[in-house]
Amino acid sequence: MSDYNFAYLDEQTKRMIRRAILKGLAIPGYQVPFASREMPMPYGWGTGGVQVSAATLTPEDTLKVIDQGADDTTNAVSIRKFFEKTAEVGTTTETSAATVIQTRHRIPEEDLSEDQILVYQVPIPEPLRFLEPRETETRKMHALEEYGLMHVKLYEDIAKHGHIATSYAYPVKVEDRYVMDPSPIPKFDNPKMEMSAIQLFGAGREQRIYALPPYTKVVSLDFEDHPFDPSKAPHACALCGAEDSYLDEVITDDKGGRMFVCSDTDYCEKRRAEGHTGDLTKETAA
Amino acid sequence: MYVAVKGGERAIENAHAWLAEERRGDTSVEELSIAQIREQLKLAVNRVMAEGSLYDPDLAALAIKQARGDLIEAIFLIRAYRTTLPRFGSSNPIETSEMDCERRISATFKDLPGGQVLGPTFDYTHRLLDFKLAADGETIEVPERDAVPETVPHVTEFLNKEGLIQDEAASEDTPPDLTREPLELPADRALRLQSLARADEGFTLGMAYSTQRGYGRTHAFVGELRIGAVSVEMDIPELGFAIDLGEITVTECETVNQFTGSKTEPPQFTRGYGLVFGQSERKSISMSLVDRALRWEELGEDNVGAPAQDAEFVLYHGDNIQATGFLEHIKLPHYVDFQSELELIRKLRREAMERAVPEAAE
Repeated sequence: MSDYNFAYLDEQTKRMIRRAILKGLAIPGYQVPFASREMPMPYGWGTGGVQVSAATLTPEDTLKVIDQGADDTTNAVSIRKFFEKTAEVGTTTETSAATVIQTRHRIPEEDLSEDQILVYQVPIPEPLRFLEPRETETRKMHALEEYGLMHVKLYEDIAKHGHIATSYAYPVKVEDRYVMDPSPIPKFDNPKMEMSAIQLFGAGREQRIYALPPYTKVVSLDFEDHPFDPSKAPHACALCGAEDSYLDEVITDDKGGRMFVCSDTDYCEKRRAEGHTGDLTKETAA
Repeated sequence: MYVAVKGGERAIENAHAWLAEERRGDTSVEELSIAQIREQLKLAVNRVMAEGSLYDPDLAALAIKQARGDLIEAIFLIRAYRTTLPRFGSSNPIETSEMDCERRISATFKDLPGGQVLGPTFDYTHRLLDFKLAADGETIEVPERDAVPETVPHVTEFLNKEGLIQDEAASEDTPPDLTREPLELPADRALRLQSLARADEGFTLGMAYSTQRGYGRTHAFVGELRIGAVSVEMDIPELGFAIDLGEITVTECETVNQFTGSKTEPPQFTRGYGLVFGQSERKSISMSLVDRALRWEELGEDNVGAPAQDAEFVLYHGDNIQATGFLEHIKLPHYVDFQSELELIRKLRREAMERAVPEAAE
């Protein structure tokens, strides 16, 4: 595709996006408006992440793309192919081998390093959106650090259900200042956001970029008597036996049979290569 | 035995191949050419150019062919292509008063300088299926006359001379451009008009219709609707004068709206404005109604809480590429989030059941 510039976007556009990224890194958790471009994939399908990746990638980078933790989900394949075509960068499925990882809905299980950038695809960047639909209002609320509404919502959940009834896109507070939407990752992943890698968040349709520099303080909102609980399915992976990874539930028959497997496919494969087995793989071996 | 779900890559390739086959349809039927689409599905081409924000009939026709006639998909192709085009400058404002009109009507005057020119309109056709079109080889006999090269004055200018219509102050400001800067609110009128010009025709129509039915009523008359070619000129600094880049066809609508005055404005007529690429009457009229409804604040009218008065609502939801992308993204896998919801619901149910059991025993 020699007709297009490196990584699809023209240099001016990439410069504009890089400025937004730098501003985001300077004010962790603050949503920076940016002039999102129309990309050749639909809004809501990762255009924000793709633009951030495009502005971040250099020809020497190695890219990994995951969706739901897996490298082979169709949209991850589609985005990876897009960059293979337009940027001709190397790609990998191995978490530790990647320099840039674009993700939708998960943070890899394996710890990331200072040499890595994690790019999130974000559908609705505004954590207050479902409490207040107006952008003009929510921007004001952030400016005034007026987050009472969010705490009331969480409190009402507890009063009604006994628990905070948010299981993904669980709001966090960044460096004691901005309440931030971590994108729709399961809350299991929230604690991992205090990490060594740079985290960049791109919301294309909503035209917002925000960022977390390495080692930024990220606290999931909670109450003293109802501390944050990063729960997951109470099982071990049926393939690799991992007990510390986020699990997908896979329905195996129409009689209620099901199994739980790692959502992070690379993590699972690596563990199996190291000889770990789960309930299912043990049976097969026997 | 569970087999890990692999093969997304092959699935995509196969899906694309199938799509290509479906697009072509029965190969014993002759293939559509771009020229056929451009010439014979012109209004579809116009819509794709207007909402795609790119004036290129051939590319729009190609997009329609590639999109199998799905116009929003075609608009999407054009928008994505448009992203990659470098911008080397801005043209001067087009002069619609110098339009070479092929259609020009006014609903507010019986006759007027420049005349009522119906042009190629569906308006007074009877909507009866013409089965002759189903047969091949039609040739149409059209009476012709020489074109009268004259510029047609704008209707609203007649009213303006009498001071009956609110004057639009000229501005030298460069209008904002939402394709280059993020949409920020409050949006001024130029930005609202840009957004409406590329907004979904159906959405704009629905919004406009709602004002007619009483949700923010502004009672609009079509002061003028004109369709025709205008030249696009651009100043070249090195030359020191403007050169003609070419012609585009646009539809312009100016509505004249009742206005009984407000705290800040005397009783007078007010305007709504619509300008759309190609012949796109429905869209340009809709646009001018919505534009007028959105002007409540500057004219000192009451906000009655109507959707069409709400700039944030209209501007954030009118773009069909944004809307369709986000709507359709729910087809993507969401099983990780769904899994966490499953866990939560199971937990809440378990606790609710446990609470219910002792109560039942009492």
